Amino acid sequence: MKRIVVVGASAAGLAAAETLRREGYEGAVTLVGDEPQAPYDRPPLSKQVLSGTWPTERVFLRPRPALDSLGLDLRLGTAATGLDLGSREVLLADGGRTGYEGLIVATGVRPRRLPGEGAHVLRTLDDAVALRDRLLPGRRLVVVGAGFLGAEAAAVARSLGAEVTLLEPAPVPLAHAVGEKVGRVLSEAHRDHGVDLRTGVTVVRADGNGVRLADGEVIEADDVLVAVGSVPNTDWLTGSGLTVDDGLLCDEFSAAAPDVYGAGDVARWHNPLFGVPMRVEHRTNAAEQGMAAARNLLKPLARKPFAPVPYFWSDQYGMKVQAHGCLRGHDDVAVVEGDLAGRRFLAAYRTGDHLAGVLAVGMPPKTVRAWRQAVATRTTWSDALGSTASVSRA
Amino acid sequence: MSMRVELDEPKCVASGQCVMAAPEVFDQREEDGVAIVLDDGPAPELHDGVREAAAICPAAAIHLVER
Repeated sequence: MKRIVVVGASAAGLAAAETLRREGYEGAVTLVGDEPQAPYDRPPLSKQVLSGTWPTERVFLRPRPALDSLGLDLRLGTAATGLDLGSREVLLADGGRTGYEGLIVATGVRPRRLPGEGAHVLRTLDDAVALRDRLLPGRRLVVVGAGFLGAEAAAVARSLGAEVTLLEPAPVPLAHAVGEKVGRVLSEAHRDHGVDLRTGVTVVRADGNGVRLADGEVIEADDVLVAVGSVPNTDWLTGSGLTVDDGLLCDEFSAAAPDVYGAGDVARWHNPLFGVPMRVEHRTNAAEQGMAAARNLLKPLARKPFAPVPYFWSDQYGMKVQAHGCLRGHDDVAVVEGDLAGRRFLAAYRTGDHLAGVLAVGMPPKTVRAWRQAVATRTTWSDALGSTASVSRA
Repeated sequence: MSMRVELDEPKCVASGQCVMAAPEVFDQREEDGVAIVLDDGPAPELHDGVREAAAICPAAAIHLVER
């Protein structure tokens, strides 16, 4: 293989490019990214960048010399606009085409928006800086969507003295992801910190002056942040012959077609560990899947299924929330360490007969890692809860 | 080939991914899970695991100097 193109220059794309080199591949690597900046990290955007505790330079994933040492054909500020699988070419926004023998698709997601103009979203460095510069004491911020991103932004805005209204359509924020009990604990923290959290509220319009609710009520604000999920960036693949269904459809090896792999937020792949297709919008998965895709592309005869235990974390009001596994669609939740009221606990999630995941707040790392291992080894629910007793006694 | 392991501690998000990739070289602080470098000049047989840890770190907080 002499030429590999990686489309998407964020965490997944960079991990793929670095892995190609680390595995000894010496051919050409073109890394295409639609943003002008060198690859940077997104989790700090809703945390240290938004709060202003980090200068923006701190978000870059690699120092410039390390990036240069990879010997990449770096095409930043250039979006991919199309893919020709037959001729093996990626079409670029500048009118150019770049040929490949191997392709890794890591184009990520973009924020879902609401009708109206002038509301903020929070996905890029520019987005974060624009919102940061508006968050001053006494300013009124409405955050639409109390998922992890909206929750983090609300927490930061409060810490800066802004008046924050947090609107959520579901009765309990995050319930679909972490269950009602845990969702309630996390949302109580907002109220404790003076956020006006309103649940069961549907926003139909968001602009620079506020939001309009489904019942006609208008909430005025100095700024509005829309954080209602995201959409995979697959438009450029339309008509290419690749299958797109809420993400680029990939098999258990993360392959979408011969010599074409998907990685990161954009990829929906079959995770053999849990036996289900999933698309994971988490930072750790971006790196892991970028690495796996690069290795499988280089070694077609020694491919390994991509079977990770997904992981995410979220920082809100000094609470660090960490989750390992596949929490969505769970059948049951049990608090197996600590207690919810003290906001120091570990909750275990059952799907079918198995321990599918755990979510921890303020627990010792050894405890969390032991539970993560139990998820990775597909421990049955009864065995997992059986082991709890011994862990607690220890 | 020698390797020096540097940790940008304030960047660490306490995910523990490095400990799982290279348990001989990394650990986590008990109180907050922030990473600790146990061996900043690991032996060659540990290098692959340490490179994996650096690549997988979700905070890009591990920097390796190899020469």
